[in-house]
Amino acid sequence: MEINFTEEQLERYSRHIILPEVGPEGQAKLLSSRVLIVGAGGLGSPTAMYLAAAGVGTIGIIDADCVDLSNLQRQIAHGQDRLGMPKAESAKKTIANLNPDVKVIAYNERLTSENAREIIREYDLVLDGSDNFPTRFLVNDACFFEKKPLVSAAMFRFEGQLATFKPHEDADGPCYRCLYPEPPPAGLVPSCSEAGILGALAGAVGTMQAVEALKELLGIGESLSGWLMTFDALRMEWRKLRLRKDPHCPLCSDKATIHELVEYEQPACTWQA
Amino acid sequence: MSVTVRIPTPLRRLTGGADEVQVEAKTVAEAIDALEAKHPGIKERICDEQGEIRRFVNIYVNDEDVRFLEGKDTPVKDGDEISIVPAIAGGAA
Repeated sequence: MEINFTEEQLERYSRHIILPEVGPEGQAKLLSSRVLIVGAGGLGSPTAMYLAAAGVGTIGIIDADCVDLSNLQRQIAHGQDRLGMPKAESAKKTIANLNPDVKVIAYNERLTSENAREIIREYDLVLDGSDNFPTRFLVNDACFFEKKPLVSAAMFRFEGQLATFKPHEDADGPCYRCLYPEPPPAGLVPSCSEAGILGALAGAVGTMQAVEALKELLGIGESLSGWLMTFDALRMEWRKLRLRKDPHCPLCSDKATIHELVEYEQPACTWQA
Repeated sequence: MSVTVRIPTPLRRLTGGADEVQVEAKTVAEAIDALEAKHPGIKERICDEQGEIRRFVNIYVNDEDVRFLEGKDTPVKDGDEISIVPAIAGGAA
């Protein structure tokens, strides 16, 4: 790989380049990488900012929402001066200020079964930080069909979950449907924004997601593929649980029944516990 | 056998806020029944009408998913830890 860093880049990325595990080759790899971030909210804020600071060359951000005052308690890519602005645009502005090396593609729209594969196809890695089950299944399925690794994170109140899915690379590697084969019925699990969340939890979980994404792009260390990482902020405890490929997975097993994208209805927010 | 059941945030309302509950059980199914006896209403959040573990809830004994052991008949021994891990979706909103 031919590496032509500018003086400014050598300085900006010096703390990366000095790491033997990264070095100039790793930094050049990051600069040529393309990452799609689904959701520019609680998780998308720290992931977008850390990946941008790290010099990931192209970052796509998709979110159909606009910045609302109630977002600012945890969505640190946005600020008071962005109220009412599309979140993807606001994140783009924040990134431009962090690192001019990064090209940001803002999609002010929802990911749907119509556009998902086409958009995901343009990237090397996808980060899911969406806020609903239909999108999570759509992202997983589109990544599987397009053979793209997915680093997925979710959170609720004081708890977070993180996993890497790349069944196309690893014969034993599970996908999101190996973990949860289909979306839960409305009302039985929390997926609604009314449930509440400790703001800084988004930073803790999103930053771990960014760390895992950078490792995945650099090809260093041990992948989280095959594990489900959980974080309980009240106990201040991270745990790694074994996550195996489901031999009956409806998507990624040889008994697959899903051969194209499925769009689930977003259930009404009826969860009360 | 005394085992610890770890309660995830979404179900703690049903355990009066407790993040773990000690139960006497020889299998995962017995542990769920013992949990239900102490905290009525929790079983239907974990199991369907047929008593099978719901597909959007994963149960682990220590760090292994019971689907890859013996399901709800997975034996448990003194000191084992059962974790209930339901699907959560929050992230952006």
